[in-house]
Amino acid sequence: MIRAEHISKSFGDRRVLTDISAVFEPGKTNLIIGKSGSGKTVFLKCLVGLLDVDEGEIYYNDVPFTRLDFRGKKELRQKMGMLFQGSALFDSMTVEENVRFPLDMFTGMSYPEKLDRVNFCLDRVNIVNSNRLFPSELSGGMKKRVAIARAIALKPRFLFCDEPNSGLDPKTSIVIDELIREITVELNMTTIVNTHDMNSVMENGEKIIFIEEGEKCWEGNRNEILKSDCSKLNDFVFANSLARQLKDSSK
Amino acid sequence: MYYRQTMKELVSLGLRSIGIVTIISFFMGAVITLQTAYNTENPIYPTYLIGLGARDSIILEFSSTIVALILAGKVGSNIASEIGTMRVTEQIDALELMGINSASYIILPKVVATVIFNPFLTLISIITGIIGGWIVGTSAGVITSQDYIYGIQYAFIPYYITYSLIKTVFFAFIISTVSAHQGYHVEGGSLEVGRASTKAVVYSSVTILLFNVILTQLLLS
Repeated sequence: MIRAEHISKSFGDRRVLTDISAVFEPGKTNLIIGKSGSGKTVFLKCLVGLLDVDEGEIYYNDVPFTRLDFRGKKELRQKMGMLFQGSALFDSMTVEENVRFPLDMFTGMSYPEKLDRVNFCLDRVNIVNSNRLFPSELSGGMKKRVAIARAIALKPRFLFCDEPNSGLDPKTSIVIDELIREITVELNMTTIVNTHDMNSVMENGEKIIFIEEGEKCWEGNRNEILKSDCSKLNDFVFANSLARQLKDSSK
Repeated sequence: MYYRQTMKELVSLGLRSIGIVTIISFFMGAVITLQTAYNTENPIYPTYLIGLGARDSIILEFSSTIVALILAGKVGSNIASEIGTMRVTEQIDALELMGINSASYIILPKVVATVIFNPFLTLISIITGIIGGWIVGTSAGVITSQDYIYGIQYAFIPYYITYSLIKTVFFAFIISTVSAHQGYHVEGGSLEVGRASTKAVVYSSVTILLFNVILTQLLLS
């Protein structure tokens, strides 16, 4: 479980996050939604410690992450996996080397053991016969799946995904969403997904937090989102006419 | 893992620079020999001094400083653009998130590789430059082979090699650290990566020239 309490963050004079509190439960796909520039990526980076918070506390299973020293954070980060918006695969490494990288760095496994784990992870994300390919030879969807395989190589307890569907076609997006949902349940991870893809919201939204201009405006799940009275949320979720028709028909 | 990364950088930044260093040094040695010959056309001067002049110019300045400036262009821009691209494509964030010290993992092997390998490039440059001077000098008829070989052995001061290698180590450190700094602190996109690459070459070249003066004063005075 991840608990964020009263998180605030500024860059110079510009306040990006204001007093955000939230609880993210294990075994669930937790979504952070909001417009571009609303502060959701900054919030995610604060949660994983890539950015320091100005105020507030973040707890990982009651361990105060924000107060840990470098060594403590390093240990905890080995239990985290992250899928970046652009996949962030290492260009100079093959698919196999990318997925094996965390195992090389943090385990004393033998090469055959590592290879077994790599192949298991790649198989889990439906990447076959691509071990020797470089990231530049992969499609956008394949890159995302390899990045997921790398993220789960160390069997993390916490998975973070920053806009996993950006740049993907609707069908591939659904595949990625399903994959994230399935591995979250399989590994009983606490998964947090940043997205503004409404398909993801309706498919994966077991818990949803809506951020607008750096403030948490609404919290609920995919069923409650259709009945919400929050005008800012409605403006965001039902921005197009098709979505508005869906809302009207659900009343 | 760091050992493997360092070996990779030795190949990428060191071995792959041998070609350009060899070509440039060959022609540099040739031109130095020809210019020395045309500027010392005087019956008072013995012709073997052409060999001596070419040797000392190559060892003292060209193979250390000029080759360092060329490597600042090749290796420096390579380091800055590689690290800068890793920054803007979130690869550095990915390393940090795994709990890896990204600066130490990415930059340290490059610094170690250049500091270890660049002295070998300087030695290759000295040898190739002197050979270039010999081949072109004798082919152009400005000096006989016998005089050139006598000249490059005449009044040889071994400390000049040490001086040249000490400068090379400093310059290698400057190239790798200045360029890595520029790449590591890139913010933005591909345009900023290009700018960082240019800055890396300019800043490391100017720093090399500055340290060339300081080190020469310290080591030869």
